[in-house]
Order: sequence, then C-alpha cells, then structure tokens
Amino acid sequence: MSTEPVGEKAQKALFDSVDDVVTRLADVGYLASTAVATTVFLADRLGKPLLVEGPAGVGKTELARAVADATGAGLVRLQCYEGIDEARALYEWNHAKQLLRITASQGESWDDTRDDVFSEEFLLPRPLLTAIRREEPTVLLVDETDKADVEVEGLLLEVLGDFQVTVPEWGTITANQRPFTLLTSNATRELSEALKRRCLFLHLDFPDPELERRIVLARVPQLPEALAEELVRIVGVLRGIQLRKAPSVSETIDWGRTLLALGLDTLDDETVRATLGVVLKHQADAQRAVAELRLN
Amino acid sequence: MSAPSVTGGLPAHLVDFVGALRRAGIAVGPGESVDAAAVIAELDLLRREQVREGLAAAMLRRSGQRAVFDALFDLWFPLGQGAALGEVALPYAEDGSVDVEALRDLLAGLLRDGDTAAMAELARAIVDGLGAVGRGQGQGGQGQGQGGGGGDRGDGGGGRPSTWSAYQALNAVRPETLLARVLADLRGGPDAAWDSPFAEEVSRREVRERIAAFRRMVTDETRRRGAEIRGREAAARTGVPKEGDRVDFLTANSEQLADLRRRVAPLARHLASRLAARRRRARRGPIDLRRTLRRSMSTGGVPMRPAFRRPRPGRPELVLFCDVSGSVAGFSHFTMMLVQALREQFSRIRIFCFVDGCVEVTDLFGPNADLGGVMAEITARPGLIAFDGHSDYGSALGRFREGWPDVVGPRTSLLLLGDARTNYRDPNLTVLTDLAEHARHVHWLNPEPQAQWGTGDSAARRYGEVVPMHECRTAAQLAGVVSGLLPV
Ligand SMILES: Nc1ncnc2c1ncn2[C@@H]1O[C@H](COP(=O)(O)OP(=O)(O)O)[C@@H](O)[C@H]1O
Ligand SMILES: [Mg+2]
Repeated sequence: MSTEPVGEKAQKALFDSVDDVVTRLADVGYLASTAVATTVFLADRLGKPLLVEGPAGVGKTELARAVADATGAGLVRLQCYEGIDEARALYEWNHAKQLLRITASQGESWDDTRDDVFSEEFLLPRPLLTAIRREEPTVLLVDETDKADVEVEGLLLEVLGDFQVTVPEWGTITANQRPFTLLTSNATRELSEALKRRCLFLHLDFPDPELERRIVLARVPQLPEALAEELVRIVGVLRGIQLRKAPSVSETIDWGRTLLALGLDTLDDETVRATLGVVLKHQADAQRAVAELRLN
Repeated sequence: MSAPSVTGGLPAHLVDFVGALRRAGIAVGPGESVDAAAVIAELDLLRREQVREGLAAAMLRRSGQRAVFDALFDLWFPLGQGAALGEVALPYAEDGSVDVEALRDLLAGLLRDGDTAAMAELARAIVDGLGAVGRGQGQGGQGQGQGGGGGDRGDGGGGRPSTWSAYQALNAVRPETLLARVLADLRGGPDAAWDSPFAEEVSRREVRERIAAFRRMVTDETRRRGAEIRGREAAARTGVPKEGDRVDFLTANSEQLADLRRRVAPLARHLASRLAARRRRARRGPIDLRRTLRRSMSTGGVPMRPAFRRPRPGRPELVLFCDVSGSVAGFSHFTMMLVQALREQFSRIRIFCFVDGCVEVTDLFGPNADLGGVMAEITARPGLIAFDGHSDYGSALGRFREGWPDVVGPRTSLLLLGDARTNYRDPNLTVLTDLAEHARHVHWLNPEPQAQWGTGDSAARRYGEVVPMHECRTAAQLAGVVSGLLPV
C-alpha cells in the first residue's frame, strides 16, 4: 500500500519477513530486537530511509554494516561532521586537474575542451552520488547526521526524496536502484521536522538485559556465560545512577574483552574496582559509582 | 489482538487511533497516517509487538513521545478482552478470598528471579482479583477472557465492577515491602557468590527497579481494564501519561525529562519574545504627576511636557534555591535550565541547591556547560548532603541564610523550588520570613498538585502563608508562572 511505486522496475525486497531480518542479521553477528527488525523490514518494504536515534555505542552504525553484510549489498558511508558541505557529501570537480587539462589543450576547440573537463575523469564523486550511481544493491549510511549543519539536511532531503541528483553539466542522474538508507543521530540536536518526516523513526536505546547478554556473548564468544550475565547486571545498575555518560553496549563489550584478556573469570569487588575505568570513562563518574555502590 | 474486529474495519480504527494520539499532544500529520496504513499492510497483525514498533516508527518523531504512544496503543490494540489471564494464578484461601500472604510469597519469588513475563501475568491477575471497585451491583460478570490456569475462578463477586483501582490492588500487595525479603532470599540462595556491600547494593537496586516495573504493569493493566468499562476515550483522557510540556514533573520518567530539557531553548525564546512585546506595551509608565507639575513651572504652569514615571527599575538579581532530592530533581533541573536560558532578563543569577545541606552551584551554569548532565555534578558536590540525604527544608534554609548572608538583598528576586516535603522536620519559618523581608520578591514554585499541599509531611501550606506559592506541575504551568514573574 505504499503510495509511490519504487522506481520504474519493482525493486526486489531484501527480506521476506520480520523474522527473516532477525535470522539473517544474527547470521552476520547482529542481534536485533523486535523494534530493530521490524523497522529494518519496513524501511525496505516502504522504500523509506530509516532514521535511528539513540545514545552512542548502542549499535546504530553496526546495524547498517550488518544489513549490508546480510544482504550482500555494498555499504556506502557518509560520515557527517561539523562543516561538511555539498562538495564533501555529493560531488565536486577536480579543479586542479581541470586546469592542467585546459592548459594542455592548445589547438583544440573550447567546446571539445569543455566537454572533456566535465567528463567522468574529472569528477570526484562523494558518498551520496556514489550511492545513487551504483548498479549493485547498496546500503547508504549517513552516520551521525546531527553533527552536520542544518543546511546539509536540505541536501539530504533533496537526495533522499526521489534519489536523484542534478549535476548542471550533465543533467539529472536518477538512481537505478533505491539504496537501503539508514541515517543515524546521537540526538545532540533535533533534526529538522522535514527530514524526520521523510524517514521512519527508530529510537534505539540500551537493550534489555537478556538481549545485551546475548550481544556480549556474540562479540566476546570465549567469555563465560555467567560472567557475561554478571557484567550486564552491573552495567544495568550503573545506568540507573546519574552519570555524565551512562555506559553503553560498547562499554559492556569492552569490559568483557578486558576481563578475558586479564584472564579473570569471576567478578569480585577487587576486579570491579580495578577495571571500572573501562566502563566509566570520566573520573568523576567512576568516583560517584564507587561511592553510591559502596565499592570502597 | 482484537483490533481488526472493530466496526468500520482497520482503516477506520487507525484513524481513530490517530485522533487519540493527536488529542494527547502527538502531532501525527497526514503523511504519518498514510505511512501507518502502509505499515499495517506489510505486517502480520497477529504479531502485536511488531505492529506496535511499526506504527511507532511511522508516527513518532521524538523519543519522548513513546510513553504516551505505548499507553494509547495498549488501549486501541489491546492484548485481549476481559481478564485475559495467563498461566500465573492468584492463590486463594479456603474461604474464597485472595490469600495475600501466599500471593506475596509468589511475587517475592518472581522478583528474585526477575521473571518479567510471569510478573506481567501476575499483574493482570492481581488487578482482576484485587483491583475491582464497587463490584456486585451489576448482573453477571463480563466474559472471562481466554483465561489459562486462573480462568476457572469465575468472576469474583459476580457483578461488574464500576471501576478498577491500581492503588487498591497495590495497597493489598505492597510490593515495595518485599525488598528486604527478596534480598535476604538472594543472600541465602544458591547463587550467593557475593557477600560484599557492593554486591548487595547491586542486587538492591536491581530488585528495586523490578518492583517499580511491577507497579507500572499493574497501573497499565488497570488502565486497560478501565477502558473496557468507561470506553477507551475516557481512559485515554484520564489515565494516559501526557506528552512534553503537559507531562507532570513528578511522575515523568527519565526519557520524558530528557525530552523536556531539549525544549528549554525554544521555550525560553518564546517567553523572551512575549516579554519583549509586553515591554513595548509597558514602555511608557503612568504619568508622574509631581514631575510633570515641576516641569510645567518653566511654561508658566501649563503642562507642556508630561513626565512619565520611569518604567523599568533595572533588571533584578535572581537567586534560585532548589530542592534537588528524589523526584523533585527533574523539576528543579528543568527550571534551572530555563532560568539560565533567560539569563539576559536578569542582571545576575545565582543558583543554590539543597537536600539537607546547601551548596552554591552557579559556576556549573557557565555559557558552555553541558546542562543536560549538570545534575550529576550537582549531586556530587560536597556539602549538598549534610546528614542523611533526606530533604530538610528548615535546616537547608538555615544554612543558606548563614552561609551566604549577603546574597539576598533589596534588588533580589528569590525563587524557591521544591515540594516543601520536610520529612516532618522543623520547616524553619523564621528564616523564610526573614528572607521575605529582605528580598524584593520571593516566590515559591511547587511541582506538586495543589490538592496535596499540606498533606503528610508537606509544609506547603505553612510556607504558603509566608510567601506566595505557585503550582508548577508541568512545563506549561511553569512557563506561565515564570513569565508572570519576569521583570517588565
Ligand atoms: N545488537 C547488536 N548486535 C551485535 N553487536 C552490537 C549490537 N549492538 C551494539 N553492538 C556492538 O556495540 C558496539 C558499538 O556499536 P556502534 O554501531 O559503533 O554504536 P553506535 O553507532 O550506536 O555509536 C559495536 O562493537 C557493535 O558491534
Ligand atoms: Mg556510530
């Protein structure tokens, strides 16, 4: 019941069902909650970009990689940062090379020279254009969108709307296939309402304990199960304390790796105290946790 | 799930649901409605959690909207009808009444094991067996749902209850009082690998969180059952948590509070522009008769140039005195951020926080500070807690007056923030009276509903006799009060 047909030729769906998403992401090491699997499935079916918002380290970037791996698609990533512009996101002309070409073109007509310097050879495609021009199945990841300036959202809106781009010298380029598009945001600022409306929205938070335990075990397979469970319990409690930065899934994983590397297989107070810095990066947070949890 | 059987079919039902979301303050536009319909067409309607996540993805745009959405989803796409009991049944005594002690044993076991699924079933059973109010007037019970083990009991007193009460159900079971017992169980249990204060503290917090989750389950179930009696529209109006600036500070969860904080800047801009308009209107003060007459001496007594009373006596200094204990912390945090965003309206702002001690935290509110995380630093300040960490207004007021005697003067507007719950300690009215005499204005902002002022350990009524007290339950209310207090 999607309102607009997806491209001219109907695009083959990536997944058969929500359960299929769960299975195939798990095959490549990504453990998806119902929310994640459902929204990935729908984003593909409805041909809409998926905006994933949530704290750092909960698996937003990894999700795009996993979807690409699971479906055999190529991953094209646009990493946003403060000051990123169209030239970095879409394309730019290689001016230096163009100038060289023009100086070397004595005797040619200007028309020929101009056609030549605006040819493929002198174009520097950036991720958005690359994703649109690819012939093969593609996952486009626009990572940490909230770091880019608001103007870049206008560009995204244009490109993600109908997946076409106008290069003045060439005309309009339309995508052969609609890339599976995933935008991430750490919510350091609100994205514009217009961009949000283009997307399906997923708030990805810390997983429930059971899922987190499975994630840790998937990432650190040699870790004893009981230890993984213990880590997840403690991290869960730490998240309930007022901290500057609550520990994320990536910290739980790091903690597991650290214990394994140190050859520790039980978690007594001494061990927690010695390794707490892996989970709580701010000194003040660690001090606070030690005091509140009576670890001294 | 029983939604598809609604008259008018699924599309009409969806439109109805959209209406409910809008009334609750979630702006669902036509685009979102179309997407929602597309979502429904792609999903297996018997997979309720997938439908929930799919609709949320199509209709929501901010994480803070989720609690409202979930509550309304549960009403419009209910898990079942009637009691909808599962495997977990209530224990009954010989005389046919609920055996509360056995029930508490059962719940203690589930809390110890963290068995969420069974806890949810028990919550349903508890509401069904202990939450009915006014049962017995009607004839014949409502159809018992697809009951499992507990369904054989028939319908209690037989009549249709007039309403369901979470308060009544929870009051019978009192889950919070199980904490010590569950911890003792854990300590003696087979996995008692721990025997340190740390391990105990981890368990304590874990179990406390489970208890809180269980209470929420009971409340949600009460709402669902209530909707069957009163209709879901009525249940949505009264029972559903509210969104954004209409959410109660004292009951908001951390996500709602984070969402609120993100709205501080726009709210401050809005208040500032309203204030600018008010100033334009008020620029000319009333005519100052005496000065006009004096001026008219040079024109032979004919008042050619009327003199206006000076409209603005200069920007005041603002001093905040904020309770940051327990559930009041979210309210204080929001208000401090809002005031900080309005700093241009004041010549100076100083901020003090208290629990039973008192500290100045003005330095934490510098121009580049991360105000979202500032509470962690405030609570870590030595001196905030002087004694046992329970708020003590009287002693905090005393320390404030003694420690910073010059802070409050004739140019100061003093705002006190808190619920005035003193834990039955001396409210120290003398100090407040003294402050009110020295300051230009003193106002008290209280996040509790006015109906609760003065109940229990609340000294709100007594403080309210000394200084004006304003109810500020929601961001909307707070904005109204603050804008009224801003200097023109
Ligand atoms: N559901 C998951 N399944 C497997 N690994 C996960 C999952 N969630 C998080 N991770 C792991 O957590 C770490 C952080 O993930 P990342 O995608 O970088 O976070 P984000 O982009 O949200 O900041 C990665 O090592 C990733 O493999
Ligand atoms: Mg990332």
